[in-house]
Amino acid sequence: MSGLDVTTGWYLTLGAMLFLIGGTGLLVRRNPLIMLMCVELMLNGVNLSFIAFADRFGDVHGHTVVLFVLVVAAAEVVVGLGLVVAVLRASPRATADDLSALKG
Amino acid sequence: MVEVVVFAVAGAACLVGAVGVVLSRNPVHAALMLVMTLFGIAVLFVALQAHFIAAVQVIVYAGAIVVLFLFVIMLLGVDRAAELSLGALPAQRWTAAAFGLGGAAVLVWLVAAVDRIFKGAHSYELERAGIVVTEADAPATSYATDVSAIARSLFSEYVYAFELTSLLLIVAVIGTVILARRSGYSEHGGESAPAENAPASQEARQ
Repeated sequence: MSGLDVTTGWYLTLGAMLFLIGGTGLLVRRNPLIMLMCVELMLNGVNLSFIAFADRFGDVHGHTVVLFVLVVAAAEVVVGLGLVVAVLRASPRATADDLSALKG
Repeated sequence: MVEVVVFAVAGAACLVGAVGVVLSRNPVHAALMLVMTLFGIAVLFVALQAHFIAAVQVIVYAGAIVVLFLFVIMLLGVDRAAELSLGALPAQRWTAAAFGLGGAAVLVWLVAAVDRIFKGAHSYELERAGIVVTEADAPATSYATDVSAIARSLFSEYVYAFELTSLLLIVAVIGTVILARRSGYSEHGGESAPAENAPASQEARQ
């Protein structure tokens, strides 16, 4: 084996980068659909970290947690897209900044 | 060496897709970039011996969630390209920049710290178990990652969480149906159809 091995730290770094890119996109973009996609990016970064830890420590519980994250992400996307459809039908050019009109 | 190449290609696909999601003006392009990221992560799952999770990742994410995204995009119309620079709040930009840079610094430090802790903890645990390994082949400890092992932990240790998950899915489905129905009523409020539909649905409820 040479000195260049894929260690857990590589995966953790990649997961952290995905999380940060998703978080930055969530703050910058104002299209609600793309904001939801950025949330998916953040969740996937965390999933990658879970699997990397599971592989490192030989513990299958990380896989179970990732399954739960997948289910919750699916539910979140279903409800979120339902909300987006409801809002954008009422006002077709709405961005996330316009959603303050819902209050009250 | 193969592992390094796989990691480099899949990781590059992940990062390019993630940046593409954030920067693309067209929501359809963003969704396709998201598919690229998800496939890259599935490849990395395979490289990490998580074959079942990789299959679930492709089926659930690329097969269901992205299709749902594309469905909604097509439903709402794709002619409106999202404007990247249209009236973004300056404070928002600064907050995002601070989050990105500060978060990058914190996470790099965290990953380095975790990696250092790993080397200590891992060798300590293995020493206690009486196993001597070198650092290079340490991560490849053989542990059961097949479906039966995941099912064993899912249905024994996490069974209550699993049942709560089914409750969550039911609530999500019902909530989405109610959201879609209500918006349909308000959209066609001026027509005569809801006036006939509303008593019918009330009767159906009784």
